[in-house]
Amino acid sequence: MTDPSANTGGIATCSMTIMLNGESRALDVYPWTTLLDLLREQLDLTGTKKGCDHGQCGACTVLLNGKRINACLTLAIMHEDAELTTIEGLASDEALHPMQAAFVTHDAFQCGYCTPGQICSAVGMVAEGRAQSADEIREQMSGNLCRCGAYPNILAAIEAAMPETRNRVGVFESGAPSGGHDGVREVKP
Amino acid sequence: MNPFSYARPTRIEEAISLFGPQSRYIAGGTNLLDLMKENVERPEQLIDITQLPLKSIEETPEGGVRIGALVSNADLAWHALIERRYPLLAKAILAGASPQLRNMASTGGNLLQRTRCYYFYDSTVPCNKRERGSGCPARDGLNRIHAILGHSEQCIAVHPSDMCVALAALDAVVLVTGPQGERRVDFRDFHRLPGDQPERDNTLADGELITAIELPAAGYAEHSAYLKLRDRASYAFALVSVAAALEIDGGIIRSARIALGGVAHKPWRCTEAEDALVGEPAEQSAFEQAAQRILQGASGFEHNAFKIELSQRAIVRALTEATEGTAA
Amino acid sequence: MSQSPVGQPLDRVDGPLKVTGQARYAAEFPEAGLLYGSVVNSSIARGRIIRIDASAAEAVPGVELVLTHQNRPPVASYDEPYEDDDAGDGSPFRPLYNDRILYSGQPVALVVADNLELARYAGSLVKIEYASEPHHTDLRARLDSAHQAEVDLPPPRGDAAQALSEADIRLDVEYSTPVEHHNPMEPHASTVHYLAGGQLEIHDKTQGVQNCMRYLEGVFGMEGKIRVLAPFTGGAFGSGLRPQYQLVLAAMAALKLKRSVRVALKRQQMFTFGYRPRSIQRLSVGADNTGRLQALTHQAIGQTSTFEDFTEHEVEWTGMLYDCPNVKLDYQLVPLDVYTPLDMRAPGAAIGVYALECAMDELAYAANVDPLKLRLLNYSERNQNQDKPYSSKALRECYQQGAERFGWSRRSPEPRSMREGNQLIGWGMATGVWEALQMPASAKARLGADGKLVVSSATADIGTGTYTVMTQIAASALGLPMNRVDFQLGDSSLSTAPLEGGSATVSSVGSAVQQACAGLRQKLLDAVQQMPVSAFAGARLDDITFADGSMTLTADTQQSVELAQIIAAAGEQEVEVSVEPGKERDNYATATHSAVFIEVQVDEALGTVKVSRAVSAIAAGRVVNPKTAGNQIVGGVVWGIGMALHEETQMDHNLGRFMNHNLSEYHIPVNADIGAIDVLFVEEHDDVVNQLGSKGVGEIGIVGVAAAVANAIYHATGKRVRGLPITLDKLL
Repeated sequence: MTDPSANTGGIATCSMTIMLNGESRALDVYPWTTLLDLLREQLDLTGTKKGCDHGQCGACTVLLNGKRINACLTLAIMHEDAELTTIEGLASDEALHPMQAAFVTHDAFQCGYCTPGQICSAVGMVAEGRAQSADEIREQMSGNLCRCGAYPNILAAIEAAMPETRNRVGVFESGAPSGGHDGVREVKP
Repeated sequence: MNPFSYARPTRIEEAISLFGPQSRYIAGGTNLLDLMKENVERPEQLIDITQLPLKSIEETPEGGVRIGALVSNADLAWHALIERRYPLLAKAILAGASPQLRNMASTGGNLLQRTRCYYFYDSTVPCNKRERGSGCPARDGLNRIHAILGHSEQCIAVHPSDMCVALAALDAVVLVTGPQGERRVDFRDFHRLPGDQPERDNTLADGELITAIELPAAGYAEHSAYLKLRDRASYAFALVSVAAALEIDGGIIRSARIALGGVAHKPWRCTEAEDALVGEPAEQSAFEQAAQRILQGASGFEHNAFKIELSQRAIVRALTEATEGTAA
Repeated sequence: MSQSPVGQPLDRVDGPLKVTGQARYAAEFPEAGLLYGSVVNSSIARGRIIRIDASAAEAVPGVELVLTHQNRPPVASYDEPYEDDDAGDGSPFRPLYNDRILYSGQPVALVVADNLELARYAGSLVKIEYASEPHHTDLRARLDSAHQAEVDLPPPRGDAAQALSEADIRLDVEYSTPVEHHNPMEPHASTVHYLAGGQLEIHDKTQGVQNCMRYLEGVFGMEGKIRVLAPFTGGAFGSGLRPQYQLVLAAMAALKLKRSVRVALKRQQMFTFGYRPRSIQRLSVGADNTGRLQALTHQAIGQTSTFEDFTEHEVEWTGMLYDCPNVKLDYQLVPLDVYTPLDMRAPGAAIGVYALECAMDELAYAANVDPLKLRLLNYSERNQNQDKPYSSKALRECYQQGAERFGWSRRSPEPRSMREGNQLIGWGMATGVWEALQMPASAKARLGADGKLVVSSATADIGTGTYTVMTQIAASALGLPMNRVDFQLGDSSLSTAPLEGGSATVSSVGSAVQQACAGLRQKLLDAVQQMPVSAFAGARLDDITFADGSMTLTADTQQSVELAQIIAAAGEQEVEVSVEPGKERDNYATATHSAVFIEVQVDEALGTVKVSRAVSAIAAGRVVNPKTAGNQIVGGVVWGIGMALHEETQMDHNLGRFMNHNLSEYHIPVNADIGAIDVLFVEEHDDVVNQLGSKGVGEIGIVGVAAAVANAIYHATGKRVRGLPITLDKLL
């Protein structure tokens, strides 16, 4: 793990807090630490994967304020007080999240490396509420590459888990389900 | 990434006053951080503008819409006003990147995306855009994804945005604030052709910040289409894209807008071709003529000459689809 | 009695770990005081390093070391230690060995720092001065330097030239395939834990922990001091068959600094080692006017590096798949200033069968015979290359059942005869074939006091389902529920296993697991018979049923004892076995087969192609787990679609460098590219191939798919594109 006290040429770490998987965390981060490296290297939350580090594969997908994003292309320091949900925060103590369970049942992965990103992305997609048909799910899951090629099973898992995921409360309490944005003034035409 | 300092102003003036020679503004960061990891960008300071009050979407007194520069691509595409009145813009946005990127990427940042030319991205090889005077290996190298219009000796890169192609077609206006105050830039004057200054993608001056995009009232909601052709079904940059918008009355074209993506250093418009469509019946033969007019003067390289024919066919298809009515 | 788990579509036993993010991959093992290494790669394709200036990099705070060929620890100076289990002929690449640059992207330095991002930044500050030499990277431009590949091709049979000259129908066609990179989602990485005493415990991304262990032992002269672990491997598809350079660099840095070091490659660096080689293939096909084959010649020219000859089975399939009296095969290599190619999913077959099956489609049109009928007309009952019968071959059933599922009989034969609006519809098919290999393998089975069966072997699970199917095989052999069996793999200290590749793991390691469990059954019976009052006295294994955690006299089911009781009385029981392929195999040819049917939609004006439907019918013997095996085949079909339409690593020959080295510009299929894929396994009974009767399914899924797509595109458009990938520009 990165030693946050390491000397870096005069630029010190910054203190910040983030709500991570329902828990408030006080952190010291360098400005250049991406959200992904914060999770993987500093907090040992390695469920969020680094597949390309350039927003080209989706393996690092997490839910930031309820919305799916690539953790590799954003700086940790930019998310003071944000709510972050990673794959480690989806299951409750007793049970897998319905999307996780459906991925197991439908064998929606092989090697498992893209899987946390696929699942977070799928949960985010359901919350967006824009994918209704199989083709829409395919299109809206296209930001998550699966080199093993488990796409048909991923589709099947998502279709199966969609109703229960939609009804699930808790994970998205702070995230706007669609259209809105914190601070965006909705105009009623 | 190189070490850099970080600032998070909450007021626009503060952000501008912080800007120094080695500063960059960061909002979504989806392209800037990408480039910083490749050592193509090496800012000494990042100015985080995400706390600035630039997140609203509002109707303007003139009947148009003003979009704050920090509105995310996803929020913009799915905004009721945009979906209803500017479906061309919504469709173009949704054709770009991935849902995750669209959730982060900002409206202003989308305009400032840099080219996806292989050579620009690989900092071990020459590139005039990255390092002036170092050369352009794309001309005699791999140029399948490169420009057929408006390219120069120094640079044959293309602008990668989809959103901008729609904004170009819609005659958007870019609102800019900088050390010298505010100004409005017509979309066609915002991006530039490479000429002998390929390192400059646009006409922003140092320290200038995009604050908003304004759409005029005309949204072409009934007859528009965004057609994107690429090497896979999704999550790929355009080989050629077309934003087509028509106003049709009794089968006769009253107004036409056509912008091309993936073919030039900026979204490509040809007003002569658009003007020539006015008064013509909305039919294949007119579309073909328009396409030929737009592609007049196009020239390809070893691997991308196909884009000329592809663009012509894509224009015809997009205009045909627009005529049939904006897809749901 | 509960059903045997073998043959059941069970969920993966490692599924919960993978969906919760708890499965850890090579770069995810934490270590106090861990250092991060960032690799610097050469920017030229050939020449020498004149000077390295690391001062700026070393001045970055937190940088501990800039490792180069000038300051690395000592390494072996002869070839043998570098010759891993998957090495070809030649002199293997030695990372940071000397000043020679052999290819663009070659690792030339490793920056080690206490912070990942700063290590990367410091890497950009290492100044390297080169003396460039002219390079050659273009296969087509260097055909004059081709040499015969050192492989044992089947000798020519009959007289192909003569038969071709006399054939009613003669086709001479050339196909080309590009360089492709494996690009598993997990980039290659090694976390080297430096232990007190100087031993190394390494988590590596690999398909062969023992291969990597032996390699490092040899390179660093550290026999017995290295343990390599890979409990999870985030895909590989062949990229993990050889130790990759990050492993060597991480170990060098750890040895030099006596610290723990991790080196994870960037995605861009995943294009700086092995790949599927570019190929140019020429086929001549002679047939009578009914389509009966008279002659086949198949010449393949592949690329290799200047230091190793990479060979694969590319043309053999042409002598094997169809009944043909006159066959001539030829395989040549062109050395280029590139890295050595590397086995990639169905190496050889993926590209060789692509060419053959496109040529067969061309013959079908030339002879005016339905493509499926043409295959049946030329069906081969024997492997003519080896002149042996097949241990089993249910390809006919694949054709029949696949065609039925697809609705092939409704196909209108003429090209461009099916359409929907702007979209031309095409139906194409092809055959697939792959070897059914078996390698020597070992496994250990231990029934413990806790009632759990622990079975282990140093194999890998790269997403193939090894954990699951081995658990099924073991659970079945001892009549235990799945949750009482624990299979361990990915640890070089376990029983010897071959590389996880070639679709041979179920056949090889599965046989060993089954035998180890069989040995355990005997031990348990022996133990029972030692117990004071035993109804089992005099019983033999044949008389006994193992089920539901008990052993029972088959003839008198009242006589039953729980295995846990036996262990309680007799103590833990353990068996380790090594299994060789059966002698009976020598009398037969062994292979898996498939029939692939594809529907494409091609936009007539714009050239865009969508594979809307695929049916893959597979004959692979007994399927241990239809769920995981079906997923393997689906993945293979997706790979075939990518190969047909998307994948190509583009080399700038002026620079001698791959340029689309990222996942944005190296296109693999995304979810939206993939329509319905229907997989069916046909019945195929095989007592010869191995005791499980199971052939393995990792490769067969891809073979033939690209040809079926290309053939469907021809049927849709009337355009025969003979170079992959078939991008839209080729259809304008």
